[in-house]
Amino acid sequence: MFRTIQIGAHVLAQGTYIRSFNDGRIEIATGRDSRLAGLPVQPGVSHGTHGGAGQKEMNGKGRGRIFAALAAIGLAFAGSTPAAAQDQVEILNVSYDPTRELYREYNELFHAWWNAQGHAPVTVSQSHGGSGGQARAVIDGLEATVVTLALSADIDAIAERTGRIPADWQARLPHNSSPYTSTIVFLVRDGNPRGIEDWDDLIREDVAVITPNPKTSGGARWNFLAAWAYAERNGLDPAEFVGAMFRNVPVLDTGARGSTTTFTQRGIGDVLLAWENEAFLALKELGEDAFDIVVPSVSILAEPPVTLVDGSITSDKQRAAAEAYLEHLYSPEAQALALRHYYRAWDTSLAAPEDLARFPDLELVTISDFGGWPVVQPKYFGDGGIFDQIYEE
Amino acid sequence: MSDLALSRPAAVTDEPRATRYLLIGIVLVLISLLLFAPLVAVFSEAIRQGWAASIEALTSPDARSAIRLTVIVAAIAVPLNAVFGIAAAWAITKFDFRGKAFLITLIDLPFSVSPVVAGLALVLLVGANSSLGAWLVANDLKIVFAFPGIVLATMFVTFPFVARELIPVMIEQGRAEEEAALTLGANGWRTFFTVTLPNIRWALLYGVLLSNARAMGEFGAVAVVSGKIRGETTTIPIMIEMLYNEYLSVAAFSLAAVLALLALITLTLKSLLEWRHADVLAATRRH
Repeated sequence: MFRTIQIGAHVLAQGTYIRSFNDGRIEIATGRDSRLAGLPVQPGVSHGTHGGAGQKEMNGKGRGRIFAALAAIGLAFAGSTPAAAQDQVEILNVSYDPTRELYREYNELFHAWWNAQGHAPVTVSQSHGGSGGQARAVIDGLEATVVTLALSADIDAIAERTGRIPADWQARLPHNSSPYTSTIVFLVRDGNPRGIEDWDDLIREDVAVITPNPKTSGGARWNFLAAWAYAERNGLDPAEFVGAMFRNVPVLDTGARGSTTTFTQRGIGDVLLAWENEAFLALKELGEDAFDIVVPSVSILAEPPVTLVDGSITSDKQRAAAEAYLEHLYSPEAQALALRHYYRAWDTSLAAPEDLARFPDLELVTISDFGGWPVVQPKYFGDGGIFDQIYEE
Repeated sequence: MSDLALSRPAAVTDEPRATRYLLIGIVLVLISLLLFAPLVAVFSEAIRQGWAASIEALTSPDARSAIRLTVIVAAIAVPLNAVFGIAAAWAITKFDFRGKAFLITLIDLPFSVSPVVAGLALVLLVGANSSLGAWLVANDLKIVFAFPGIVLATMFVTFPFVARELIPVMIEQGRAEEEAALTLGANGWRTFFTVTLPNIRWALLYGVLLSNARAMGEFGAVAVVSGKIRGETTTIPIMIEMLYNEYLSVAAFSLAAVLALLALITLTLKSLLEWRHADVLAATRRH
């Protein structure tokens, strides 16, 4: 059972319930080898309304301890700095491709919530692109306040090359800093004319596969690993299998959204390897009668992490806002929003039942089965790595 | 010069009428297929959900800021390029010096180099990982992924237009008029403003218009250095791609229509000036 707890002034965490303490706190498991204890947050009591998050007004009543504490902080801010209203706090969220719709709504949700605490308004700007390319841009000087990328290896690259993010960033927020997860599924044309059911259909000669380039796209790296995992499970030579699959790829776009448009708008290919959320979004935007989702027998648990770029922070106020921006992603409201945008979020307490019912059950391998991103990134996707060897053939 | 106009032959072709109409017909068909059909498609897609939706998309803060940014970038890049173009053309056509051929090649460089390479070169030169970039970051001067980078990238790709238009005209006109002015005692500036500039103004205008069209429409080089920050560093072409990727086709095509309209206005302006000053144009035998 998932529970949400409060572990700091505005830090929330979710995880499976482990035990209760005498003082009312409970302990939860938040990902691998990670446990947190804190006061439980009762959905519906302290977190008020649920509904169209984009336009919703925070009603403020019955919000309990968290907001009282936050209001106090807000007042303290306002009191100590009379010029608070004038100097605008800005956050630049550098994100990957498929999160456009999610963050557009989340920014409004955060804005309303943040203002309700009595803080000076925060301007959140968004930048989207292929995850690897976005990390590259941050390394080259794009001044991200927070990065919300497709996989931790891209954030590791920023941490390693610029030193603007501490090396242990992934332990800073619950669930390996991934407020939502997803997986990789197949999007096929209506009625599945090629009869694509599982990964082994993708190496058939009559099937054209659309996936972005694993060098620049995070989603593509998850695609690659999911295919690899399938081959391993089924006693096939993974390098040969994935190689055969990539020989069926006519276009390698740089980002997930580019691949989706290649498949859906330009009509190229028979199957798109897509983020589950991206596949659902394509169905919603382009009509359920145009495409079908095919769920393979095995896929991968994709964890898109978020973190603060410490090196870009210019003021305490900006830091507070940016930290709250990321932490609030774990709030039941934001989690419900993520679920509505087809992400597999952790806290389902405020989610609409139809948003939950949509996710198929499937066997998910995790990145730790591959040894974690620090191992996987150089081995598979580094210069001269397995992807390079496969693709050169 | 007037004798030249008079001695012009009445007709240089004596092909049968059918051949002429066939050729003209082929050209018209090609033009409508390659030029008009895409334009019509853009405009019809823009108003697919009615004018209201289109106008609403264009008045959104992001779209407004994209239009503003594009116009400001062009307003900076184009005049600067006009000045550089005149200086380059003046130096190349009115003086002899070593390395002239090399300079001409260099001016053409932005035509032959892919815009993406241009953008990447800028990132390499002033990005956070270069020594110059590190100094800029330390002094809180943002170049790449900010406004100055977009202006620089735009200037790079539009650099040759003005010079390329001016050089042939100035070669054709030779140096005799300037030399005469100088012998009559005019100084350099006076010679330029009273002799050279009037001779080249139509070519200059044409170069500026082309330069402007490219500056507003540039995608590749700007995409590399923009950082794609919504509402801040997104020019119209980048915003169009972004909106299209977000399944907002009405907004994307409305903005595309604005870009096409800006181009059409530029062309109309050019035609209008040509029409009003037809006599001067005929005299200079240019355009």
